[in-house]
Order: sequence, then structure tokens, then C-alpha cells
Amino acid sequence: MTYDVIIIGAGVTGAAVARELSRYNVEVCVLDKEEDVCCGTSKANSAIIHAGYDAEPGSNMAKMNVRGNYMMDQLCKDLDVPFKRNGSLVVCINKEMLPGLKELYDKGVKNGVPGMKLLSREEALAMEPNLSDNVQGALYAETAGIICPFKLNIAMAENANVNGVDFRFNTRVEKIKKGTDGLWHLRTNNGEYKTRYVVNAAGVYADVFHNMVSEEKIHIIERRGEYYLLDRTVGDHVSHTIFPQPNKFGKGVLVAPTVHGNLLVGPTAIDQDDKDATNTTQFGMDQITAKASENVKNLPLRSVITSFSGLRAHEDHQEFILGEVKDAPGFIDCAGIESPGLSSSPAIGEYIGNMLRDMMNLTAKENWISTRKDVLDPKKLSLEERNELIKKNPAYGQIICRCESVTEGEILDAIHRPLGARSLDGVKRRTRAGMGRCQAGFCSPRVMDILARELGLPLTEITKSGGKSNIVLEHSKEVAE
Amino acid sequence: MNNVDIVIVGGGPAGLAAAVAAKKAGCDSILILERDGELGGILNQCIHNGFGLHTFKEELTGPEYADRFIRQALDLNIEYKLNTMVMDISPEKVITAMNRTDGMFQIQAGAVILAMGCRERPRGALNIPGYRPAGIFSAGTAQRLVNIEGYMPGREVVILGSGDIGLIMARRMTLEGAKVKVVAELMPYSGGLKRNIVQCLDDYGIPLKLSHTVIDIEGKEHISAVTIAEVGPDRRPIPGTEERYTCDTLLLSCGLIPENELSQSAGIEMSRITSGPVVNESLETNVPGIFACGNVLHVHDLVDYVSEEAGRAGENAVKYVKGQLDENASGKLIKLAATDGARYTVPSTIDPGRMDENLTVRFRVGDVYKDSYVSVYYGDERVQHRKRQILAPGEMEQIIVKKEDLLARPEMETITIKIEKE
Amino acid sequence: MEQRHLTCIGCPMGCQLTVEMDKGEVLSVAGNTCKRGDIYARKEVTNPTRIVTSTIAVKEGDKERVSCKTANDIPKDKIFAVMQDINHAVCKAPISIGDVLIENAAGTGVAVIATRDIRKIS
Repeated sequence: MTYDVIIIGAGVTGAAVARELSRYNVEVCVLDKEEDVCCGTSKANSAIIHAGYDAEPGSNMAKMNVRGNYMMDQLCKDLDVPFKRNGSLVVCINKEMLPGLKELYDKGVKNGVPGMKLLSREEALAMEPNLSDNVQGALYAETAGIICPFKLNIAMAENANVNGVDFRFNTRVEKIKKGTDGLWHLRTNNGEYKTRYVVNAAGVYADVFHNMVSEEKIHIIERRGEYYLLDRTVGDHVSHTIFPQPNKFGKGVLVAPTVHGNLLVGPTAIDQDDKDATNTTQFGMDQITAKASENVKNLPLRSVITSFSGLRAHEDHQEFILGEVKDAPGFIDCAGIESPGLSSSPAIGEYIGNMLRDMMNLTAKENWISTRKDVLDPKKLSLEERNELIKKNPAYGQIICRCESVTEGEILDAIHRPLGARSLDGVKRRTRAGMGRCQAGFCSPRVMDILARELGLPLTEITKSGGKSNIVLEHSKEVAE
Repeated sequence: MNNVDIVIVGGGPAGLAAAVAAKKAGCDSILILERDGELGGILNQCIHNGFGLHTFKEELTGPEYADRFIRQALDLNIEYKLNTMVMDISPEKVITAMNRTDGMFQIQAGAVILAMGCRERPRGALNIPGYRPAGIFSAGTAQRLVNIEGYMPGREVVILGSGDIGLIMARRMTLEGAKVKVVAELMPYSGGLKRNIVQCLDDYGIPLKLSHTVIDIEGKEHISAVTIAEVGPDRRPIPGTEERYTCDTLLLSCGLIPENELSQSAGIEMSRITSGPVVNESLETNVPGIFACGNVLHVHDLVDYVSEEAGRAGENAVKYVKGQLDENASGKLIKLAATDGARYTVPSTIDPGRMDENLTVRFRVGDVYKDSYVSVYYGDERVQHRKRQILAPGEMEQIIVKKEDLLARPEMETITIKIEKE
Repeated sequence: MEQRHLTCIGCPMGCQLTVEMDKGEVLSVAGNTCKRGDIYARKEVTNPTRIVTSTIAVKEGDKERVSCKTANDIPKDKIFAVMQDINHAVCKAPISIGDVLIENAAGTGVAVIATRDIRKIS
């Protein structure tokens, strides 16, 4: 199989690049070792669109963050992705650290962040009554937002796919080398792929692929972040995203509402040496509790519905590595994409897309489709509209996930749309079925039945998240079925 | 909008018993809304026996127990809708519900009986560290997969929590050929019934480790092992006590939570202890005409008590609809207090005028008490003092309050239930 | 003389029973609060029995499994033999509650009966 561009990684960066390239007359394929898009760092993060005051002025991080933040309104409108500019507060709880807020503000100004304001203790408390009693002041950034990270990733990938980009899942790149034909040869578990250009958007694995082709080695450490997700009944404990003052390990433990009305608390920052170390730990959970309580009082941790962890792809210099690798022409890095990677993704996609357009003299497609509709959410309809819908398709009258009120119609939509869901987690990320307070205890057997029926698979083949994550082992009874 | 005298939310054991009692008490306009595809609720997957000793004086399996009530409901021509999810209940008792054939519809109810049951506490709420692979189930989900759908989640099983469903599933999985390696219980006592420990664990040589919990889950795609450790009195793991068990299945039986999201939308006051509505002697919530019974009110140990309680809710709902509930109201509210080891009472208040001659007050204890007394105080006067060899949190307790006793004490403001050493 | 300690399963009380035995004969039962405890203890130490509940595979039904139970107690040491029979049995819908699904499970003389209805689907 030969392509013009192969993107390694169907996370938010790879999907953003894929969507940008889908504007042009060019053959593009995305390879991912997982069974779906959004299975790595993109699925487990703070779901925050940062304003852009944190990064060092002039850095790729700063530029991409501010540009990405700016692009987000139009992008989320075009692709029907839940996004809200709820604003953020960096909270200072120690008088001696107040100058740090001003430094952050100044950095933001240099980075071109609009709408920032330094707040007094009183102003901060007026905006956010549940801040710690120790609050001394805060930096407010009105452009900061919250987003559904799955949906952003999925939407960009779907839109790319509709515009002709191929996606190959369960395809792990094992070796990359330049062939005598001048093309890159990618050996995978599913055969060999050839391409003129490679975009390395492999998250925590980006150093592995980079180092296969370059003598100038890079190193990515997996910096784990653990989170608590709280029930929707306490989602209004804060209305802005509450950060502590940043330190050398990052932006600290935040407390934020999510676009779906939950409350998110985390992350920790602990370096790992394992690219799959997405486990949570007692130590991490204890740390979240302690740190979050420094800035926000009366945190309702009784209402935790789940905990999870994600791995930041932390490059040693804490900078996005974007562009063609010097000693590997045609190999384009998007490496070291850690926070603010989600916020930056549209800008990274645009930057790499433009770069490749110019390198290959690409022409724009005449019939490029710029918009995409999300899985229809009947909750947004009026009673009359909803009844019209159920009359046309009775599956919208059948609730499958009772915690999040997800109907069978939505699940069918998630399965049958481009790059549709093939697992419980795939359905969950597209519809929220199983994401509520019972954590799929009620709906998982029902979603499994629907997946099996719609995909024509036996129930034993249905997985939680691809690979060997089968949910049931075998039929009971020793009888031939 | 349709008008229905009594709408019952949930067609499980509580909803069915409430419906049957309401019909027998003379109400002809009753509608059960059931979210599942059949009546009977969770009993349909509880295929083990041990139900009905109190109600029918014989031991039935869950489906058989449900069948007795389903047949009564059908014989009485009680209306019901299946696969119907109630989406909202307003304080004015307007019910919004949805199914495939009727779409989304609203009903003005004269009275509402909440009988939604409970759900299991999921892994996420337990804060168990580790990976999040496939192979972790709440015990009830596994019960459905094994008993209704006919699938085995795995062959090597560890169970966390010794709630009754966990114990029952230990036996069930063993009978189906799985190896249940251990049941770990965080508390120093089991949350399940004695006879389940004997017949589900002891019979099959399955060890029960009290004061133990799961502290790590291994396996990136599918669960491959767990680590169990002993916990101290603070319920934190004790270093050095870790034991690793390879397994392909982890079942969780760590408590049930009344499912009251709908109740909250109706503006019903909730108890922080039971996670169910606060009710008076008529099982009526703070919203007049909305009643609650069964596991949505407080988690029961025996379905027989659910049926009995639900029957009372049904009868009271009929009285409410007929305007008779307040006929003899005294307007006086006696508070019920649970102290000294008693955790809560259902009901929370009694209007002596509205109560029957005898009222069953149910409660649970917060710890294991041996050779102790259940004491009932009317004001400061101790009126009941019953010796009990053992009181355990897993088992529901009850006392009887007599109407004549309350009427004889017009000054009394509080009835207190205590657990006393002597 | 031999002492055996049991937990009564007659009701949720779970009385702790002490049985005194001599050469297989029960001398006394203590710790029970009702007659059922006495009966249970005597039986449990001489001839323990259980009701077995499980499911049986169904053909042509609206469910793939029908729940079932032994119509009476079976000897405790026959539980797995009865399960063998149950695991190999296949029934055809329709099935009514109480229908005999296995006439004589593992030679115990006890039948296995359905504990729910299963409708036939075409």
C-alpha cells in the first residue's frame, strides 16, 4: 500500500493533521496500534483548552496554544464538538507568591493572550465562592475553556475520513526505513506501507519512531497524571477552571467542571518509564486529594464516580518538536505533545498541513466537506421533535444507559457512522453510555448485545477497548450453541 | 395529558407489591412503568433460592417469587408498560416517560409510588488503584451475564466485598466451573447474610478474608491479577500483608445505592444515611402524594420485607388519592431518632393519627454487636429492651410501635432506638 | 465425644450451633433459638442436603437460558454430579414455571424443574 502521507497515531494531533491534509488532493493514511481513535493521551487528560499564558514566549508551545485556542470556536462549531469558554483562575494562596501571578500575566501578554485580568482576593472569591479561604489573588483568563477531548479527536478524524483519509486500526508500526525507491517503508503487523512523507504523531511513542530514522535522538518520558471524575450532582462546585500556581512539573492539580457537567480533579505529575503505565495508585489518589484541597474548599470527594490516569508525552526540553527531521527528509515530527497539546491540536494540524501542502505543492479539493454532525443527542430536542424522531426511528425511544439517558438510537448512530465504534469504550466516548454514575454496570450487557448484533459478531468477540479486552470468555454450559 | 390515579415507577418486587395492594384497596387506575423488558426486576436474575419464607412460608427462587406477584398483577388487570424509562417526575406529580411505541409522553399522576430499586457501587467509587482493564464487573452485572445471557466472564475469580450478591455469585461461578479464589471484605465483618456465607463460601471451601481489600489491579487489556492486603482499623492497607492472586475476573459486591435521581428531580428530601427519601409513617415523602418503598427507600436484606413495605405504600397511596390519608391526622409529628449504634430509621416521623394500630419501624446497626439490647425510648422512658445475641450491619432490624402507646403519651416528641450493652 | 460448630441457615438470624456427637449419633444441639435450628443441626451433621439452582440451555426460546432448581433437597455431595447433568441438558421452548426439565438428576431421584416461563420464538 502506497500513500503520499502516512500519519502514525490517531490521537488528537494525528487527527488534526489528517483533517488539514484532507483539504487537498493527496493520498493520506492514518495508522494506529489501537482499535479506535483517541486511545492514548488524547483520551485521558484535563479536557481543558488553555488560554496560553503558561508557555515560554516564542516557543512552539506558546504559539500553538494561543493559535489553537483562537481556532477552537469555529472548529467546534464546524465539527459539532461540545466546547465552552468557562474562563480559568490561577489561584495564589500564599502572599509571598503573588508576584508569580504578575509574571504569569506578563508572559500571557507576550504570548498574545487576550482577556486576562489580575484579581484581588475579594474579586476572586466573588467569582468562585468555593475557593480556599487562603486565596490571596488570582489570574483570570477569559479565553480558557473546557471541551470534550474524545469528541474533538473523533470529530476531526471522522471529518478527515469523510474527505478521503484512510484509517487503519490495530496496525502497529514496527520498523521504519528509507527504501531505495526513495519512499519510507513502514513495517507493521498488517503488512508493509510505503509513503513519501511520514507524520510522527505517536504521543508517548514519538521518540521511538523519531529515533528509528534520525541520529539526533530525542527522549520522551511518560509523565503520568491521575484524575478523579465526580458525579454531575456536584459539577457546579466551581464554574471556572481552577489552577494552582504552576511549578516545574507543570500546571498542577486543577479543579474544573466538564462540558458534560461533571467535576474533574487532577492531575498528578509523576514520571514513569513505561509507555503503558496508565494505572492509578494510592499515592497518586492521596496526592490529588491533598493538592486540590489547597485551592478549593469542601471538595465533595464522596461523589467520585471514577478515577483514571493518562500519560503526558513529556520531551526532555518541554517543547513541541514540530517539523521535518533534519537528517530524515520527509519525516515530520509532532513530538513532545504534552499539555497544552489538546488546546494546540488545531494549530499543529494547520501548521503541519500547510508545511506539507507547500512541500508537495498540493492543490485544494473542490468538494471538501468542512463540517460534520455529532451523534444526534435527543436531549437537545423539544418534546415534539423528540417524538417525531422516535416515530421515525423507535430506537430513539429506548433508553440503554440510564445514568446518562443514552438511547439505542444514539448507540446505533455511533456504531454505523464513519470510523464507528467497535467496542464498549468506543460507544462510551461517542455517546457517553457507561460514563455515568453506575459506570456501565447497568448498560454494558445491553451495549454488548447491540454491538454483537450490529457488527455481526458473537458476544465473546465484543471487547471493552479492542485487543484482548474481551468482556465475556465463553458460553456457560457444555452444550453446542 | 393522561390522568392516572397511581403511577408506580418500577415493576420489580416493590412496584408489583405496591400495585397489587393498591388494586386490592380499591384503586382501579394504576399504571406501572418498568424500564426493563419484563416485570420482576432484579429478581429475574436472582435464580438462587431463599426468597419468600416470610411471605409465602416456603422457599422460592427469585424468578418464582417474582412470578407470584406478576400473576397477581395480571389477574387483577393492573396496567403496565415495559421498556419504558421514566425521565422526570415533577413536584406536581407530572411524570415524563419514554418508550419505543409511545414516544415521550406525560402523565398527571394522582399519587406516585417510587419503586426504582438500587444500583451497585461501581469500581470507580471505590477508589481501587491500578489499571482499568476488561474483566472487572459489579457482581450484579456478572449475575445478569451468567444467569440471563448464559455467558461466563472468566474462570479464575476474585471477589471484593461480601455483600449478598457477591456471595451468591461466588457459588454460582463455582457451580458453573470457575475457581473462586478468595472473597475479600474491607470491613471486619461481612455485609452479607449468615446463611449465604455458609452455603456459598463454606460449602465450597472459598476463603473469606475480613479486613482485606484490593490494592492493585494488573492487566492492561484484560485483568490478569490483583493484589490483596489486610487493612488496619483506619481501613488503610498494612504494608507487608500483600498477597497477589492471578485471576481473569474481579467481581465487586461493595454496597448498594438507592437510585434516587428521579426523586431528587421531584424535590424530595433525601436521607444522607440511607441515600433514600425521608418518609413518614405512611411511607410518604415530603412531597405530598409521592410515596417510596423497597430498595429505593433503603436497602433491604430480604425481599419479603420489600413486599410488605411496598404493600403499605400502595394502600397509603390509595388513601391519599381518595383523600382519606389525612382524615385522622393529628397534625403532630413524633420524630424517630437512631443513636448509639442504630444508624437510621424508616420511617423518620410518625403522625400517631395517621398510623395503623401497629407500625413496623425498620433500622440497621452500624457495627457488629454481640449480646446487646435493642432499646426503644419513648421520650426518656425505655419501653422496649430486647436482648439480641448478635446484631450485624448486613441484617435489617425492626421494632413495632403501637398506636395506643403513642396516643397515651401526648407530650412525647421523640422515639429513640438505641443499641445498649445492658 | 465430638463437638461440631455450625451456623444455622434456617433464617437470617444465623444462630451459632454446637452439636455434641458420639459415634455418629447426635447427643445434643445447643445455641439454636427455634426448632428449625435443632432440625437443621441434626440433619447437617448426619445427612447434609442442598437445593441446587442453576440454568439450563434453551432452544427456540426468547431467552438462551432457563433458570431451574432441584425440586427437593439433594445430598450435598451430589451437587457437582447434579450440575453435570444440568450443564449437559438442553430444553426446548416454550417452558412453563414448574416444568420438569430433568426427571432424575444424577441418580438422586430428584427432578430439576424450571423456575420461570420461557416463550417460544419462531
